Amino acid sequence: MKSITQEDIAVLQPKIEKIAADYGLDFFPVIFELVDYDTVSQLAAYGGFPVRYPHWRFGMEYDQLSKGYRYGLQKIYEMVINTNPCYAYLMKSNPLVDQKLVMAHVYAHCDFFKNNYYFSHTNRKMIDEMANHAIRVRRYIDQVGLEAVEEFIDTCLTLENLIDYHSPYIKRQADVTGNGAVKPSSKVAKLRSKRYMEKYINPPELIEAQLEEQRAQQHEVQLSFPNEPERDVLLFLMEHAPMANWQYDVLGIIREEAYYFAPQGMTKIMNEGWATYWHSKMMTEKILEPSEVIDYAEHHSGTIANHPGRLNPYRMGVLLFQNIEERWNKGQFGKKYDECDDYTVKKNWNKNLGLGREKIFEVRQHYNDVTFIDTFLTEEFCREQNLFSFAYNKGNKRYEIESREFHYIKQRLLQSLTNLGQPIIRVLNGNYANRGELLLLHEFESVELDKNYASETLRNLYKLWKRPVHIQTKLDDKDITWDYDGKDFKQTRISNN
Amino acid sequence: MLMHIDNDYNRFRQIIKGKIKDNLRKYISNGEMIGRRGKDLISIPLPQIEIPRFRFGNNGQGGASEGEGEPGDPVSTSDDDEEGGGQAGNKPGQHLKEVELTLDELAEIIGEELELPRIEPKGRKQIISTKDKYTGISRVGPESLRHFKKTFREALKRQIISGQFNMERPRIIPIRDDFRYRSWKTTSLPQSNAVIIYMMDVSGSMWDEQKHIVRLETFWIDTWLQYQYKGLTTRYIIHDAQAGEVDRETFFTVRENGGTVISSAYELCARVIEEDYPADEWNIYTFHFSDGDNWSREDNKACAEILRERILPSVNLFGYGQVESTYGSGEFIDFLEENIKGDNENVVLSYIPDKDSIYDSIKDFLGKGK
Repeated sequence: MKSITQEDIAVLQPKIEKIAADYGLDFFPVIFELVDYDTVSQLAAYGGFPVRYPHWRFGMEYDQLSKGYRYGLQKIYEMVINTNPCYAYLMKSNPLVDQKLVMAHVYAHCDFFKNNYYFSHTNRKMIDEMANHAIRVRRYIDQVGLEAVEEFIDTCLTLENLIDYHSPYIKRQADVTGNGAVKPSSKVAKLRSKRYMEKYINPPELIEAQLEEQRAQQHEVQLSFPNEPERDVLLFLMEHAPMANWQYDVLGIIREEAYYFAPQGMTKIMNEGWATYWHSKMMTEKILEPSEVIDYAEHHSGTIANHPGRLNPYRMGVLLFQNIEERWNKGQFGKKYDECDDYTVKKNWNKNLGLGREKIFEVRQHYNDVTFIDTFLTEEFCREQNLFSFAYNKGNKRYEIESREFHYIKQRLLQSLTNLGQPIIRVLNGNYANRGELLLLHEFESVELDKNYASETLRNLYKLWKRPVHIQTKLDDKDITWDYDGKDFKQTRISNN
Repeated sequence: MLMHIDNDYNRFRQIIKGKIKDNLRKYISNGEMIGRRGKDLISIPLPQIEIPRFRFGNNGQGGASEGEGEPGDPVSTSDDDEEGGGQAGNKPGQHLKEVELTLDELAEIIGEELELPRIEPKGRKQIISTKDKYTGISRVGPESLRHFKKTFREALKRQIISGQFNMERPRIIPIRDDFRYRSWKTTSLPQSNAVIIYMMDVSGSMWDEQKHIVRLETFWIDTWLQYQYKGLTTRYIIHDAQAGEVDRETFFTVRENGGTVISSAYELCARVIEEDYPADEWNIYTFHFSDGDNWSREDNKACAEILRERILPSVNLFGYGQVESTYGSGEFIDFLEENIKGDNENVVLSYIPDKDSIYDSIKDFLGKGK
């Protein structure tokens, strides 16, 4: 087999780019780099970037990726990063037909990066920014030593997921004064009265008592902060935890990178579905040579294969996009369609509207995985795709199929996507018990936290906060806190008065 | 392209080896990659460090999936951080696949992971370096060497023969039997003869769990030595108060209730060597597994004598693996340590408290390159 050269890619690229643009895809300029498996493993370990700050976990990723490849267990076909221009890496050893498929796939990803709302806040010059982060971290290593910096990064990484995934898109709270304290007031609402009636209608002792109560409340408020439970725990720590300047900067770097990568987790089903939809369309309609059909089919069917017991985002995504296109082409939406309860009528519903293509472009612009599933997963789709929901059965300690009913499936699916399937945790009080201790709140839905992980995470949090730390959660339906005071980890029952 | 990954990689390896950063030691897990050998899945050790986070316990979160089944049927899930991690969105094809591995590949992988040195056989017939050439097609192999067209042709053939093929709807779906892989041939070489003699204590105190450990150990030892010596012979000896030679099947399944007289096994082992395997022609490996509870002090002495006089002079390696048992004192390993180990380089003693220690123990046994 003749190996592919950068020249081959240069010949292919304008052709595929034109096809993509003709379909209406709108992307940043794309730069394709042809690399060998070792380089691809290194890049993948770095999240697709050529330079990251020094940390052992990148070495661990590399170890796994390169061994997985060498032992023939796994293979990275392509990698594309969200930057402008968009960098995409192609694996040198792949045959030409795979390269074509990957290039088509990449153009669709790039269109998604450019147009999807959830990527709109991301820094498109992230290559430079990552390199800048690396330089800063290296400088700190020169100043305070590798061990100190590395250990601090390890600590921060245990909290890396405690960010507010939606904060870039909304305004959480009205601007607060200074440190977030509420402006004090010294007035009590009085009833209207004539002057001579005043002391009967608004007795002074009552007014005084109310003022007293108000002052006490304000005192309470000032003793505990933030005013609203804070989702961005990393931000809270940056503002309130005692840290050296370099530590403050490193934590900021980790937080910034977490926010940069967040939309990729929030749109995984959509992004992969979109790219798979387009590579399949472009390949089968425009690009494929007859001799390449079998190899293409092999690769494509691998991409959208269903793995029992696990949801394949490529498959789910592409099937839903195709389903939306079909529904909007046939006019299977709106009040009349939804209210129709005749299965046969619904099935054959076709108004020949031809709005499908337009609709999927609109969807790729405004939705993320949660809203995508919430809006477009239908009962018919679940039935056609043979979907089921599963849950843990405490009785015989295994995961079991729970139901094939639509609302169960949808609920479980949304649950697993909300907050990227991670527990929602907020800062409740940075001055807990008026002793400067930190209290986090796990917003309990239905699933308990893992105690061992929580204990280790609290230990790390303590290293940052330097005072006892607590997290409030539920265990066996009882409100509890797990506490770590720098020496011991314990569990406290909260009494509900 | 200039990359810094080497530094990160070396740092990671050093942490794994326990050279630096003791505080991360407790987060090291024996991660694994799953390989497949015939019907069995085989895990390849791949140490990982898991950074702790707030996360859900394993017994709670449900999800949705697709496929056949009735409510109440079990689902297999892998609750690794599949949907965690913010950066997964851009890496197609990163799912793990089970692959069929040949024993040699397995040996190579385990050799690399545990950093086992190549064995230098004694005797004149040295193993010369090998050369591989892609020459044919085989039925097993790594996915990366799958021959798509031959696979589809096989599937087509099968479907036509079995009458499943439909000209109107030409759907060709390969099943495992259809898969064909490119295969290579390794030029054959002068070989050295080798024999492994396994001895196991099957007295009442050795339970299934201990035997399971022994079975895993011997699997890896077999695999590794087989990779080093083509034409490996294996002999099995079991003992309680008496010793006897058995076949492989019996070796792992039989259980006796008697006491433990280790010297009986050593005596038989010595006799087997003397009768069948002249030391100047054979590379001889002997392994003994026991819970270390011998019958008497006198018998310990007898063991030492047989080892010193009759076994150790002939063998490349004598390995003693002591598995943890709830019964007994487990003194035998200390006895060997004090009385035999010192003056003999070809003795390796390894203590195997649980399943997780198997890899360390294999490294003890085979790490010397004997």
